[in-house]
Amino acid sequence: MSLLEINNLSVLFGAEAHPFAAVEGLDLSVSQGEIVGIVGESGSGKSVTMMAMMGLLEGQGRIVADKLRFDGKDLLTLSARERRKIIGKDISMIFQDPMTALNPSFTVGYQIMEVLKVHQGLSGSALKKRAIELMEMVEIPAAATRLDAYPHQLSGGMSQRVAIAMAIACNPKLLIADEPTTALDVTIQAQIMSLLVNLQKSHDMALILITHDLAVVAEVAHRLAVMYAGQVVEQGAIPDIFRKPQHPYTEALLSSIPEHSKGARRLNTLPGIVPGHYDRPSGCLLSPRCPYVADRCRAERPALLPNAAGAVRCYFPLSAKDAQ
Amino acid sequence: MFSFILRRLWLLVPSILGITLLTFGLIRMIPGDPVEVMVGERTLDPALHAAALHRLGLDKPLYLQYLDYAGSLLHGNLGQSLVTRVNVWDEFTTLFPATLELAISAMLFAVVVGLLAGVVAAIKRGSLFDHGVMGLSLTGFSMPIFWLGLLLIMLFSVRLGWTPVSGRIDLAFDIPVRTGLMTVDAWLAEHNDPANFAGAFKDALAHLILPSIALGTIPMAVIARMTRSSMLEVLREDYVRTARAKGLSPARVIFIHTLRNALIPVLTVVGLQVGTLMGGAVLTETIFSWPGIGKWLIDAIQRRDYPVVQNGILMVALLVILVNFIVDILYGIANPRIRHAK
Amino acid sequence: MTTQVQMSAEDKALAYPSPLKEFWQGFSYNKGAVMGLVFLAVVVVAALFAPWVAPYNPIDQYRDFMLTPPSWADGGTAKFLLGTDEIGRDMLSRLIYGARLSLLIGLSAVLSSLIPGIILGLLAAFYPKVLGPLIMRVMDVMMALPSLLLAIAIVAILGPSMLNTIIAISVVSLPGYVRLVRASAMTELNRDYVTAARVAGAGTLRLMFVTVLPNCMAPLIVHATMSFSSAILDAAALGFLGMGVQPPSAEWGAMLSSARDYIERAWWVVSWPGLTILLSVLAINLIGDGLRDALDPKLKRAA
Repeated sequence: MSLLEINNLSVLFGAEAHPFAAVEGLDLSVSQGEIVGIVGESGSGKSVTMMAMMGLLEGQGRIVADKLRFDGKDLLTLSARERRKIIGKDISMIFQDPMTALNPSFTVGYQIMEVLKVHQGLSGSALKKRAIELMEMVEIPAAATRLDAYPHQLSGGMSQRVAIAMAIACNPKLLIADEPTTALDVTIQAQIMSLLVNLQKSHDMALILITHDLAVVAEVAHRLAVMYAGQVVEQGAIPDIFRKPQHPYTEALLSSIPEHSKGARRLNTLPGIVPGHYDRPSGCLLSPRCPYVADRCRAERPALLPNAAGAVRCYFPLSAKDAQ
Repeated sequence: MFSFILRRLWLLVPSILGITLLTFGLIRMIPGDPVEVMVGERTLDPALHAAALHRLGLDKPLYLQYLDYAGSLLHGNLGQSLVTRVNVWDEFTTLFPATLELAISAMLFAVVVGLLAGVVAAIKRGSLFDHGVMGLSLTGFSMPIFWLGLLLIMLFSVRLGWTPVSGRIDLAFDIPVRTGLMTVDAWLAEHNDPANFAGAFKDALAHLILPSIALGTIPMAVIARMTRSSMLEVLREDYVRTARAKGLSPARVIFIHTLRNALIPVLTVVGLQVGTLMGGAVLTETIFSWPGIGKWLIDAIQRRDYPVVQNGILMVALLVILVNFIVDILYGIANPRIRHAK
Repeated sequence: MTTQVQMSAEDKALAYPSPLKEFWQGFSYNKGAVMGLVFLAVVVVAALFAPWVAPYNPIDQYRDFMLTPPSWADGGTAKFLLGTDEIGRDMLSRLIYGARLSLLIGLSAVLSSLIPGIILGLLAAFYPKVLGPLIMRVMDVMMALPSLLLAIAIVAILGPSMLNTIIAISVVSLPGYVRLVRASAMTELNRDYVTAARVAGAGTLRLMFVTVLPNCMAPLIVHATMSFSSAILDAAALGFLGMGVQPPSAEWGAMLSSARDYIERAWWVVSWPGLTILLSVLAINLIGDGLRDALDPKLKRAA
């Protein structure tokens, strides 16, 4: 059984009568010890999905789903108090910008120990010992002396390590990393990435990796979900999905990577932009930009249908085209 | 921390020098005969006038006059009131506790009500309560406090008869002065001698309520607005999201992770309000016949008691500088980024 | 999102509105600001046309009608809509003429601190070595004194009159302008367009007033509005203390001062002047909020 199962999740913002769906009909499942990458443009609903699952939207968005289960518990019916016992402990999250993700008024040690105190009831020297242990685990040098440091005294990479220490403090079953390296220097990015993967292996965690960076996903993830305008348009195992993308959008994403288009004078791009709040087409959301668009695509919206390798949301998957 | 305090102390020096220059200059700018200004009497005999001029050092060059002035200040000599012939320093120290009591009580009212209203308004953003707080605080901010004082007297003292009209305590009580704070002194007196001073503490409190509200209204309005907007800003911060993602309770997220950071700008505002409070004290004390520094200064101005005006203003300015200094230090304690800044 | 957009030139919805229209859209979004503007407009019209609008001369005394209550109250008469004061002067007429004084004082005080404030602020920003810190130190000293107290001290020295009220209030509001102009000018000075202008050979004066100053206008306008309201408030406070405009001129604060003795008998002599001050100041502050929303998108909806 999957650790995390999401079925038909929608996150709606705005007025009851004319809601805007930031996420629409999203299906996703993650098993224990698995690394799942989620890629998509900014605003495609990657982060909102994860925030919704953790209950961090604070009454701004309404969450509708057929199924939202984590580790056998139904997150939809859980009370806020019950949910808080899970998040930060069994599911935890690290964010994009480590320089703003830590509270400037408290020491690093305080912020790590806070999690341990709240979720595991540790105190005294055991608490401090565990905090130092965690900081060593995320490879912070001179961990014991860094306990009393304030976030502004740390570099971005160090801060992200602290954030990771906080996230893995209670040995979570699922770690969500929301673009964990985007805000860091290039040289640090690889370090943080390998740290995350190592921790994932040693703790046997599931890891959801939200990113723009297809190269990173290709390297570390087991499966990939591609999101576009609030929907998952394709899911599949790696490396199959890279070899034979089924959805035109996935194909376009891959061809926009420099390594994939060696020799071309210009990188491939899709014309146009992601549809906004009010200009969503009634048919397939990609239809205005899709190079293979047909009449049916403009008329109705395709569903996410399972195929051999995963699932794809397209009437004319690319493999079918090749076959013709 | 120590070097931080030293740095701030060093910054005070030019301000204090500037203030003494200002009060020195103010008196020199009064049109008319300087001897008359300083002594309060007209000296018609030219010889006597010249003698007085020389005795007061007013015939020296200006920079020497300033050095004389600064020198006497350093010796704690603030001159003498022309009207009462009492030392300005003595008058100041006698009257200051009354203003201090009023200011503390007003600030307490402003901070407690303002913070609470601001925090709740921010949490319940867009609610009726939020709109109410914002509307009331804008009204409070625009309120002429001398009128508010009169309205409060008209309603609570004249119409309802709940509170006394003026003064610090009923004249029937002859409270022995210990701290100078009437509520404390009245409580002590009542505690030590219940027979003679029955109800003294309650009476002192009743005298304090209306002036405190009148004086505290503007700071309260400012603090409420500032707290609300600062809370809203901090609530949007990434680290608040991190705190919630850690599974902390809403109370912990708001009171530990948000309020702590939101208070930093509020603290500055509170510090700035101390100046406003001293200005407001002039009006409040006049309306409620509260025998404090503000009323003392106004009376002195009306009586052309210039030594009191000059050094009274100096003392108030030094007081404001001192309070702002303390706020600066607190600011450093609250905000590690400031403390570590070079 | 950096993807290129194909936009047709005729697309009306995507065209930029004129700055004035955009400003009005931002301003009128704030209902309180519009209400404030309407109220202020009424006050301004009443002040401008006081001789025609006011029913009586503000200093005429109707000895038979001393302390007459407002017309709807017991003992009131239709002749005096808002009642009369202790020597039989019409309250409404005095309030209308008082508006002239308050607006005049406020406006003159704002103008006479705005202009030196801009100049000093720009100088402080452009000469950060010696002149800047010197100016700011002086301003710090002025800020150390409670503004009302400093105003009182100035009036105490110059003597109470309307002109001296204006001088006192403009002196005490000067530091606010200097600090604001300096702070926003320093931010702008680091921007590339200033460097570009410098490289293009713009002189210091041109840099100050043509390049930098226009970009500091938004917060400056908001601050000027707010200091207009506090000037009115301070003027009324001075009048109340007997240190502002002298009787028999109908100044709102002075009216309250003489009304103090009738607090137990005649609520209207206490209520109207105070209410007028409150509403006028409130109206201007509301306008200031609206201006902030409309002019300064950074601060928008945050406060």
